[in-house]
Amino acid sequence: MKNHDSYSDAYIRDILARSRTIAMVGASPTPSRPSYFAMKYLKEKGFRVIPVNPGQEGKTILGERVYAALPEIKEKVDIVDIFRSSGAALGITREAIAIGARVVWMQLGVRNDEAAGLAEDAGLQVVMNRCPKIEYGRLSGELNWAGVNSRMISSRRPLLGPKGVQHRVLATKA
Amino acid sequence: MTAERKPGFDTLAIHAGAQPDSATGARATPIYQTTSFVFDNVEHAAALFNLETFGNIYTRIMNPTQAVLEERVAALEGGTAGLAVASGHAAQALVFHTLLAPGDEFIAARQLYGGSINQFTHAFKKCGWEVRWADTTDAESFRAALTPKTKAIFVESIANPGGIITDLEAVAAVAKQAGVPFIVDNTLATPYLMRPIEYGADIIVHSLTKFLGGHGNSIGGAIVDCGTFDWLKSGRYPTLSAPCASYHGITLAETFGNFAFAIACRVLGLRDLGPAISPFNAFLILTGIETLPLRMQRHCDNALAVATWLSGHDQIAWVNYAGLPGNEFHEAAKRYSPKGAGAVFTFGLKGGYEAGIALVSNVKLFSHLANIGDTRSLIIHPASTTHRQLTDEQRIRAGAGPEVVRLSVGLESVEDLIADLDQALAAA
Ligand SMILES: Cc1ncc(COP(=O)(O)O)c(C=O)c1O
Repeated sequence: MKNHDSYSDAYIRDILARSRTIAMVGASPTPSRPSYFAMKYLKEKGFRVIPVNPGQEGKTILGERVYAALPEIKEKVDIVDIFRSSGAALGITREAIAIGARVVWMQLGVRNDEAAGLAEDAGLQVVMNRCPKIEYGRLSGELNWAGVNSRMISSRRPLLGPKGVQHRVLATKA
Repeated sequence: MTAERKPGFDTLAIHAGAQPDSATGARATPIYQTTSFVFDNVEHAAALFNLETFGNIYTRIMNPTQAVLEERVAALEGGTAGLAVASGHAAQALVFHTLLAPGDEFIAARQLYGGSINQFTHAFKKCGWEVRWADTTDAESFRAALTPKTKAIFVESIANPGGIITDLEAVAAVAKQAGVPFIVDNTLATPYLMRPIEYGADIIVHSLTKFLGGHGNSIGGAIVDCGTFDWLKSGRYPTLSAPCASYHGITLAETFGNFAFAIACRVLGLRDLGPAISPFNAFLILTGIETLPLRMQRHCDNALAVATWLSGHDQIAWVNYAGLPGNEFHEAAKRYSPKGAGAVFTFGLKGGYEAGIALVSNVKLFSHLANIGDTRSLIIHPASTTHRQLTDEQRIRAGAGPEVVRLSVGLESVEDLIADLDQALAAA
């Protein structure tokens, strides 16, 4: 199994660059919840984010229809982002493998090594205990504005987004 | 996958936080001398105010020049995030404002910069925050001062006026056992000499005014979040672990994870109390930090040479510099600060109060003023200046007896520094 105590910037950057569609399991309709923050930010950065939450089935979050479970999603999913407990991650990972996702991503505070091993054996990439919003902001240079240590140094200019004044983006390969 | 290189300290001192400007390609960090930043539209403004997206609003809360300084200091300390503010004292005020509520207590080392003793004793009392004092040379004295109301422990890594090196690991162990954050003022050491995070610090504060800025031209302060304290698990710090009324009920520790403390100090403390650093000061301090490793080594080398010379002079009763073999804190210095014991120390004159006055009156290269950490060498006689208002007994306890003189050794040719002290002592 890959080392999941730390990830290289290149590994995370590559996952984000190659992905367009994120299924967010445990997405909340409550604006003060971290999953809502993350979904809003990732949508703004051009990702298609599909919320998954059985309690909200058929409703919408941030304009996106909510699905009860991963197998109901008919389009191609790149990343399954798990905003659930570490214990729940195993079942969700099995579904992520079944629907042909490329990446299983567990949120800050969520880690399940058994699930990670399963996903890696099936050829998926795995990220645990990280937030895609924070990683995107860190690698694009936006988190610098919040004084956060990006642990990154570079003599290259951060890339500006296509619209607006304060938008930095990652180059995409998707 | 190829392993990524971890940049060295000297590289971080120049590059951390500072990519070329995204709009213009300017290579030096621009001075964003503006109060405010335009929004793209109403939705963008709302997202910024709600903390849903990253970006600048108003320079009291954040500014791109400040931001580079913040990431730079956080990177040098090895923390998760930083916050730059108007002064070292402002940094301390925001840290405690984030941690404490009226009726709470914290424990501080008795051996601190005099201004910090004032702040903790008098200003904080008005907020209902009670300080209990301990001895920085005795970790057990911190344990003895613990009560159910204790919310934090505060020490200086190298205590001003110098000489004392705190056994950070031992005090950190007391804090950890008590379940309270361990705050270290790392001003006199700077991260070049010592990184408190390696010994268990949870929060680091700096007066950037001193060696980090290093040129005696700007007042500034910084807070570094080490990302090590679990606010949600503790539950004793509601500013971080409870829904926040002024941000629509978000819980900061949940939303911002291991850099939530720095965010809380910014979006609550700095936003509401207001001690922002100016972009120009942030720029000057950043420029200073680029040469920190070179300067700090020279500061230490010069200080050791001056201390060694003084300890052989027949008008000098004692020299309190941890870099000198035989000093009480020499072993601690070798362990915690092997590159040097800093550049601030005290010594005693056999001639007492009058000799102290004569010395500061006769120097021609050392500057007689109340600061430390300048390129220039500085001298002060605490009993006749900074500690003048105290009683004789208080002065002695503070290490500022009548015969005591404090130096902050600068970067001049060391022979010139020694020659200046030599002529001033001879003239006395
Ligand atoms: C160790 C230490 N901490 C804090 C401060 C306060 O910093 P400032 O003067 O930037 O408010 C000083 C200032 O002398 C200091 O020496």
